Amino acid sequence: MLFTPYEIKETVDMFLRYKLDIRAITLGISLLDCVSASGTETRRRMRDKILRVAGNLVKVGQEIEIEYGIPIINKRISVTPISLIAGASEDKNYTAYAQTLDEVARDLGIDFVGGYSALVQKGLTVGDERLIASIPEALASTERVCSSVNVATTKSGINMDAVRLMGQVIKDAAARTAQKDGLACAKLVVFCNAPEDNPFMAGAFHGPGEGESTLNVGVSGPGVVKAALENHRGASFDEIADVIKKTAFKITRMGQLVGMEAAKRLGVPFGILDLSLAPTPEVGDSVARILEETGLESAGTHGTTAALAMLTDMVKKGGVMASTHVGGLSGAFIPVSEDEGMVAAVRSGSLSLDKLEAMTTVCSVGLDMIAIPGDTSAATISAIIADEMAIGMVNGKTTAVRIIPVPGKKAGDWAEFGGLLGGTPIMPVHNFSSEAFIARGGRIPAPIHSFRN
Amino acid sequence: MNAIVTVVGSDKVGIIARVSAFFAERNINIEDISQTVLSGNFVMMMMVDLSQSSKPLPLVKEELDALGEQMGVSISVMHEKVFSAMHRI
Repeated sequence: MLFTPYEIKETVDMFLRYKLDIRAITLGISLLDCVSASGTETRRRMRDKILRVAGNLVKVGQEIEIEYGIPIINKRISVTPISLIAGASEDKNYTAYAQTLDEVARDLGIDFVGGYSALVQKGLTVGDERLIASIPEALASTERVCSSVNVATTKSGINMDAVRLMGQVIKDAAARTAQKDGLACAKLVVFCNAPEDNPFMAGAFHGPGEGESTLNVGVSGPGVVKAALENHRGASFDEIADVIKKTAFKITRMGQLVGMEAAKRLGVPFGILDLSLAPTPEVGDSVARILEETGLESAGTHGTTAALAMLTDMVKKGGVMASTHVGGLSGAFIPVSEDEGMVAAVRSGSLSLDKLEAMTTVCSVGLDMIAIPGDTSAATISAIIADEMAIGMVNGKTTAVRIIPVPGKKAGDWAEFGGLLGGTPIMPVHNFSSEAFIARGGRIPAPIHSFRN
Repeated sequence: MNAIVTVVGSDKVGIIARVSAFFAERNINIEDISQTVLSGNFVMMMMVDLSQSSKPLPLVKEELDALGEQMGVSISVMHEKVFSAMHRI
């Protein structure tokens, strides 16, 4: 036999027992050539182009699933930030663009479409302002559209005007979907150093530096890493670091194979492979449980940040060796509601918002899928964003905030978002005011070490 | 295409015979075969060539699932390239 029984069983178990999957194949599509002075005409061109480029995406995904025996959970598209596309038009409210994207996604059977976005780290254009103002309505009136706003970079600093705006936008988006526990906020990410090629939602968009179209692949697999560690209880960190690296390598090679094949069949270039341990609410698919497997009684206790730092770095190292182009976020995600182990840790009192903030200094994204009390002020939300953006800016890494102030609920209540988004107990925030801090506006300058030219 | 078929479950009479017959009936050639016991489970592995199969792959998979259910074992089919990608550099 070409492969040893151990090799075959290891691979088969990864998929059948430990829930390894391709989390997403995301087709990035540039909409820059759709711009026109008429909003109606722009949206018609957007629709035509997406139908033309992504028409086969779902079919190709399904074919590969059957031929390769690998589950592909989501087929998605990401588009050029809509603020750049709609800016030339006479429209004052961009919601219709989101609705067009939603309709096309539904027609094509695509799970999510990302790119209702704006890049405003240094300032806001008129188009950016209009897009941001329309985010609550756009997200409340669509199902599959995801939105992101990049408000900071290491090179440009933090746009505190945009940070202030986003606090209010998040409050409004929650209010518009109050009967669904503020679900619209689960489709909205505020970024620092947003990657232009991220295949994961809600933060995916097709950056202006990208080509005409490109296929990016997101691979997950926390269950596989946990299973690998279970065989090394009591081993030193040198040893388990190596185990994670090797596992990440194998998973990424599989993702690269699928990505190359999908890109070939779609007739578009393969972009990047993003190996991110992305949990789901299902038991056996949790990043928190990996952290606990390293020897912690419950995620969030002392030692969690160190465990996560090692995990994220080893995943990156294994991934980089295995793929021609690694990009996106690559590392470990630590969403709360989407991770059964994180939810348990919040419930048991071992995981607080402050500890999560510390963990975001070493994870691959940021504060993610965290429910907070509905009466949290816009200024406090903005201040939470500002802290997170500062971590990203100073450390030259991507950070993000996806936070849900759940209308009418208070700390300790349960918030339910459904499906892969899961549910979580609402976490308390600090009650001391940040109003005057956020009211200042302006920009926090870029850090000294950003001047590397 | 070549696929790796794995059959995992408790050992019993006729597993290889029935799976082999299944492939023969569909004009699917078995290129290689081995079996072993791993962590207490009977594991049979086959490399099969699906290029001359008389039935399309989705249907073959469906029928294999049904056969596995009848025999109380789990049968999976994956592209050989997946194993090459993971285990061969």
